[in-house]
Amino acid sequence: MNALVTLANEVEVPQNPLIPPIPELVIGLVAFFIVFGFLAKKLLPNINKVLDERRAAIEGGMEKAEAAQAEAQQVLEDYRAQLADARHEAARLRQEAQEQGAALIAEMRAEGQRQREEIIAAGHAQIEADRKQAAQALRQDVGKLATDLAGKLVGESLEDHARQSRTIDRFLDELEAKAATDSAKAEAGR
Amino acid sequence: MSADMNTLAFNTECHLFIPGCGFEAPGLHSFVFEPLFSIGSFNFNKPMLLALVSTVVVVWFFWAAFGRAKVVPGKMQMIAEAGYDFVRRGLVYDALGKKEGEKYVPFMVSLFFFVWVMNIWSIIPLAQFPVTSVIAFPAGLAIMVWVLWVFLTFKKQGFVGGWKNITGYDKSLGAVLPLLMVIEFFSNLIIRPFTHAVRLFANMFAGHMLIVMFTIASFYLANGVGFVYAGASFVMTIVMTAFELFIQAVQAYVFVLLACNYVQGALAEHH
Repeated sequence: MNALVTLANEVEVPQNPLIPPIPELVIGLVAFFIVFGFLAKKLLPNINKVLDERRAAIEGGMEKAEAAQAEAQQVLEDYRAQLADARHEAARLRQEAQEQGAALIAEMRAEGQRQREEIIAAGHAQIEADRKQAAQALRQDVGKLATDLAGKLVGESLEDHARQSRTIDRFLDELEAKAATDSAKAEAGR
Repeated sequence: MSADMNTLAFNTECHLFIPGCGFEAPGLHSFVFEPLFSIGSFNFNKPMLLALVSTVVVVWFFWAAFGRAKVVPGKMQMIAEAGYDFVRRGLVYDALGKKEGEKYVPFMVSLFFFVWVMNIWSIIPLAQFPVTSVIAFPAGLAIMVWVLWVFLTFKKQGFVGGWKNITGYDKSLGAVLPLLMVIEFFSNLIIRPFTHAVRLFANMFAGHMLIVMFTIASFYLANGVGFVYAGASFVMTIVMTAFELFIQAVQAYVFVLLACNYVQGALAEHH
């Protein structure tokens, strides 16, 4: 049979369920205060400390990340500034080089011009000298040839008559003068 | 374990259609236990044992979780932190504010988990008895909260202010004031701790009664055509067990929520 019911009915009439028996009240409170003691004195301070540490760690991590970002930004700006400087410098160097190059070219050009003129002048002088020399030689040869020719025509040698050389010279001078006049006339006529 | 009075609250031999015995409905006797042992006139019974085991369970759990708490938590610590945070933010900070409430967090956390575990015994095999369905346990805790409330009221408001707080003193009410003061006095000082305790007790009592009822019926009806009814009854046992799991948490929550509100009332400036 139902031992519990028998026991409950025989040993103690079930009391009002709303009246707390003192032993159970005490045991319940003792049980609670043991829990409360452990949690309040040891375990919750423990976890609070750890939670604070975790928050600090997370915030520290965030601060570190922010610092790293700022540093990266700084480095980027420095780099950009350096790049701009370098570009500026390069432009300046290029400008300078261009200017130097232009100066050099002008100088070379002037030098070339000068040398050309020198060479031309030297050429002219040479030609003049050659012409004079040729004219001189020609004059002598023409005189001799003319004298020879005249001698042959006359039948006697005119060579001995050195005095006659003055006549040849006079003739040649006249010839030259006539040629010069002709050329002047031709020039004027043009 | 033999089927003695400490494990079973009813006779499993009796069935429907068997003459000479009837359905043994659960009653107040289902909440009375034979002492496990006695020291003089002090009887140590099953609810007391379960209450003490509750202490061990709660302390063990938080010791395992927070004993060597780490910044990077393990599984246990994470679960315990969630529970701790639930009570701290969801109950204490909500009612008392972060600054005022911090002091009461350990008390409320202990209260919540202690009550909850005591409730959970209802559906733990072999225990199968909610400790809080014995009025002494919720009453003890409610009296403790009441004492805290009275202490804080007079500490914070002073003697006169304290009485004004308790009696809901408000000059602008005029002629109704005396009546209100009497009502408030009884309501706050006498009825409130009672309702605080009974709300938890009655919920767990009724829940346990239902589970026992359907369990007994499942056995009793299991004979002949009665097996159909027994099946229905058994399904109800399962359903009620699941429902109790929910109620146990809700009642623990409500008990602590009310405790928080009382403390808040004691600390609030009277109006």
